[in-house]
Amino acid sequence: MPSETGLNDDVLELNAQDEVESICDRIRRILANDLKRRGLVVALSGGIDSSVTTALAVKAVGPERVLVLLMPERHSAGETLELSRSVAEAFRAPYEHEDISGILEAVGFYRRYNEAVRQVIPEYGQGWKSKIVIPSVFATKGFSLFSIVAQDDKGNEIKKRLPLKAYLEIVAATNFKQRIRKMMEYYHADRLNFAVAGTPNRLEYDQGFFVKLGDGAADIKPIAHLYKSQVYQLAEYLGVPEEIRKRPPTTDTYSLPQGQDEFYFSLPHDKMDLCLYGRNNKVAPEVLAPLAGITPGQVQRVYDDIDTKRSTTRYLHLSPLLAGDVPELAK
Amino acid sequence: MAAHKEKVRAFIIDNFMFGSADGLTDETSFLDEGIIDSTGILELVDFLEQEFGIQIEDEELVPENLDSITNVHTFIENKLSA
Repeated sequence: MPSETGLNDDVLELNAQDEVESICDRIRRILANDLKRRGLVVALSGGIDSSVTTALAVKAVGPERVLVLLMPERHSAGETLELSRSVAEAFRAPYEHEDISGILEAVGFYRRYNEAVRQVIPEYGQGWKSKIVIPSVFATKGFSLFSIVAQDDKGNEIKKRLPLKAYLEIVAATNFKQRIRKMMEYYHADRLNFAVAGTPNRLEYDQGFFVKLGDGAADIKPIAHLYKSQVYQLAEYLGVPEEIRKRPPTTDTYSLPQGQDEFYFSLPHDKMDLCLYGRNNKVAPEVLAPLAGITPGQVQRVYDDIDTKRSTTRYLHLSPLLAGDVPELAK
Repeated sequence: MAAHKEKVRAFIIDNFMFGSADGLTDETSFLDEGIIDSTGILELVDFLEQEFGIQIEDEELVPENLDSITNVHTFIENKLSA
């Protein structure tokens, strides 16, 4: 339906059947011509993106050429494992359960994380849960810094702004999770002569919402060109279980539930999608505002935030940079 | 105090520019010139709190206080005299 300003609110609607066929064709050609691998490993988190990636992988190469990995750990939400299993079973994909808590324990993740939190909340310990949060770009006129939200075993919450050292140590420790999962994905890919499929959508890929050499690492990223709302459209077309499609997106990374929009994005994903589309297609804030349900000034703040994140996370996309030329390997 | 301004300048050049002050003036915007990113703001806040013994509140985390050597200098002098 056209909005008062002329931009259609179905601007992100796609032809799901055509898109699925195009992606599957591309996956097969990339595997055969570029990667020379015989199948795909996909890590399933119980979220929409990895579910759609699994469904696409199965459709592209058949379930016998897909291995799904379920890799929860001590801090994962209780339903993560069962939801992931239900997706693997829905698409008849073989799966393996690799609980990574033991590896995380061995590298000292839980100890390092708790010690970092104790720098700001000395009483943090057994039975406590926590997450880091950042204020919405609308809540401040200036720079937003991360805070830690911690909850004791009686449910009392404390929130404290994170100083540099604690912030960096918490993030560095938490990144073990994504990197250990990726290590397991490549172990299985190597033993099967498969490639690793990454699961970011366009918002995450563009805005650097991933860990370098963690969930950012992959041989192929089949949905990185799709806005999150388009991923939901494919999910419905492909038959991803409704329970997954109705679930609000979370990071499932910290021990307290953490919405993506309190950790990284300024808005819920449908509005964030529209703003990213608007920014990419030079849509004026006044034109986009009624569609996104926010003011033109707020759209401009989101546009600015998109530019900032794109520039500050650019290094996450870079391959190692050389201090001299190796022209034989230049494309 | 001029010495405070020099401490800020030295920190910016040493920490963010690896000793090379190419074109950095007192008015250069750290953000517009790409000298400081979001983690850099946190580093700057940490430095100012440690070096000058001040506590910077959330509402003070604005470009007018932190986005050039002059802005930072004015801000800390106001904080120290408050």
